[in-house]
Amino acid sequence: MKINIDQVANLARLNLTEEEKKLFGEQLSNVLDHAEELQKLNTDNVKPTSHAIPMKNILREDKVVPCKNTKDILKNAPEEEDNMFKVPRIIEE
Amino acid sequence: MNKKTAHELKTLLNKKEISATEIVKSVYDQIEKYEDAVSAYVTLTKKHALAQAKEVDEGKRTGPLAGIPIAIKDNMCTKGTLTTCSSKILNNYIPPYNATIIDKLDQAGAIMIGKTNLDEFAMGSSTENSGIKTTRNPWNLDCVPGGSSGGSAAAVAADETILAVGSDTGGSIRQPASFCGIVGMKPTYGRISRYGLVAFASSLDQIGPMTKDVRDCALLLNIIAGYEEKDSTSAKIEVPDYTKSLVADDIKGITIGVIAELMGKGVDKLTKEATEKAIKLLESKGAKIKKVSLPHLKYSVATYYLIAPAEASSNLGRYDGVKYGLRSKETKDLITMYKNTRAEGFGPEVKRRILLGTYALSAGYYDAYYLKALKVRTLIKQDFEKAFGECEVLLSPTCPSPAFRVGEKANDPLSMYLSDISTIPVNLAGLPAISVPCEIIHNLPIGLQIIGKAFDEETILKVAFTYEQNTGWHKEKPKIL
Repeated sequence: MKINIDQVANLARLNLTEEEKKLFGEQLSNVLDHAEELQKLNTDNVKPTSHAIPMKNILREDKVVPCKNTKDILKNAPEEEDNMFKVPRIIEE
Repeated sequence: MNKKTAHELKTLLNKKEISATEIVKSVYDQIEKYEDAVSAYVTLTKKHALAQAKEVDEGKRTGPLAGIPIAIKDNMCTKGTLTTCSSKILNNYIPPYNATIIDKLDQAGAIMIGKTNLDEFAMGSSTENSGIKTTRNPWNLDCVPGGSSGGSAAAVAADETILAVGSDTGGSIRQPASFCGIVGMKPTYGRISRYGLVAFASSLDQIGPMTKDVRDCALLLNIIAGYEEKDSTSAKIEVPDYTKSLVADDIKGITIGVIAELMGKGVDKLTKEATEKAIKLLESKGAKIKKVSLPHLKYSVATYYLIAPAEASSNLGRYDGVKYGLRSKETKDLITMYKNTRAEGFGPEVKRRILLGTYALSAGYYDAYYLKALKVRTLIKQDFEKAFGECEVLLSPTCPSPAFRVGEKANDPLSMYLSDISTIPVNLAGLPAISVPCEIIHNLPIGLQIIGKAFDEETILKVAFTYEQNTGWHKEKPKIL
C-alpha cells in the first residue's frame, strides 16, 4: 500500500520534514497492509456501528447562560486583543 | 500509612486514629523518595492538598472520600491547575473549568495529589510517547509501566498515592494496571460523564478507577459513576451501590466464558498458565466454566487502528494555535500558523495517528477503510452478544505477556498495537471490564481480565472480589519499596 503522504499531511494541516515523510509513509503503509485483512470479510449485509451503546439524538432546551470566566479563557490564548482571540491576517489587503 | 488502601484509611480516619494531614504528608514523603526513579507525575499540587487535608481535620471538608489522596491522569481538566495531556502543544494550558469527575471527587472530599503522566493524548501503551517524560515500572525500573495511564498505575503501585483515575480507549487503564500489579476498571461506555476529559476517540473513551484492591475500585466507582447532562453520551441508568457486590465466594452457578482466541497463539506460556490457575480457582468456588469462541476478535486491532485514529484526527483538529496552547512563531498566514503549530506541538505517535485517521476518512478511501471498520465493529459486537447469551462474564489474560522493556517496541508501532489484542475488543463493544492482579512472573505482575455485560459492573466486581480474596496477589509490593 503506497500513500500520497504530502496530500494526507496537507489535509491534516501538518508540516512534515523529509525524514518524517519517509518514516511515517512506511509505517502507515505497514498499518494499512495489516488493515487489508478486513477486506477478507464479507460485510455486504452488515450495518455499521458508530456507537456501541445504542443512542438517539439527545436534545436539551436551547437556553442562553452567561459566560462568567472569559478572563480565565483568554488567559490561555496565545494572543488576544479587546476580549477576542487574535490571529494572523486572513484577508489580503 | 501511604501503603494502605482507601477503605483501610477511611476506617482509621473515622476512629480518629490518624489525621488527613498525616496521610497526605506520608504520600508526599513517598513521592520525595521514589519519584526520581518512577516519574509518575507531571504536576504535583502539594500546597493545595495540604490545605485541603487541614480542612478535613477541622471538619470543614467532608464526604465519603474525605481526606483520601487521589492522582488524576493529566488528560482531565482541573480548574487552575496545568492540564498538559503530556503534550508540548498543551504544556501551558490552565483549564478555566473542572471535568465533571473532578467536581464529583471534590464534593466527596478526596484530595488531589497531582496530575499523572501519560502517552501524549493517551495514544500509546507504554508512556514512551509522552512529550514530557517516560514513567518507569516500579516492579522493574527498566520496564515500561504500560499506557497510556502509566503514570496513574505506577503512582498507585509505588504507593505514591492511594487512589487514581485513568482513561481507557483501547486498554489504557487495564493494560497498565496489569503491568503494575494493581486493579483497573474500564466501566461501560456511558457509565461515567466524560465532560472535561480531553477527547481522543469519542466513541471509545471512558474514565475509570485505578486502585490497590477491588473494594477501593467499588468505592471510587460509586463516586464517579452516573448520568450528567453535559456529557450527552452518558447513560440515564441508575447507579447501584457497588460495595454491595463485594461478597466473596458468591459466584455459585455463575457461568464464566473463557475466550479461546485470547488463550491461544501469541500468549506467553506463563501468562496462560496463570490464567488457567485462576479459572480453576473460580471453578472450585462454584462457577461454571465454558469455553467460548469470538471468531471476529482477530480483526479487532485492525478495526481499532482505523476507527480510533479517524476519530482522533477529527478531535485533534482543535489544536491550531488559536484559542489555547502552543502557537508557532512562524505565522505568516493562517494556514502556515496551523501547519507549523501542529508540526512543533505534536509528537511522532500523535502525528502518525492523525495522518492515519485523515487518510482513512479521506475521499476515495472512506468506504474501504473507515466504513469497513465500522461494519467489522458490528461483527465483533455481535460475537460478544452471542457469548453473553450463555455467560455472565468473560475471562482472558489482560495482556498476552508481562511488561516489556523501555525501548523494546518503541520503533515498531505495529508490534506495539498488536499487543493490545485482549483489551481493544472490549472498547469496540462498549463493555465494562476489570484487570485484577494475577500472579507474578519473573518479578513482574500480570493481570486477569474479567469482561461483563453492558452496565453490569456488579457481576464483574463480584467475580473479581472472589478471586482477589482467595489469592491475595493485590497485597504484593514492588521490591524497591
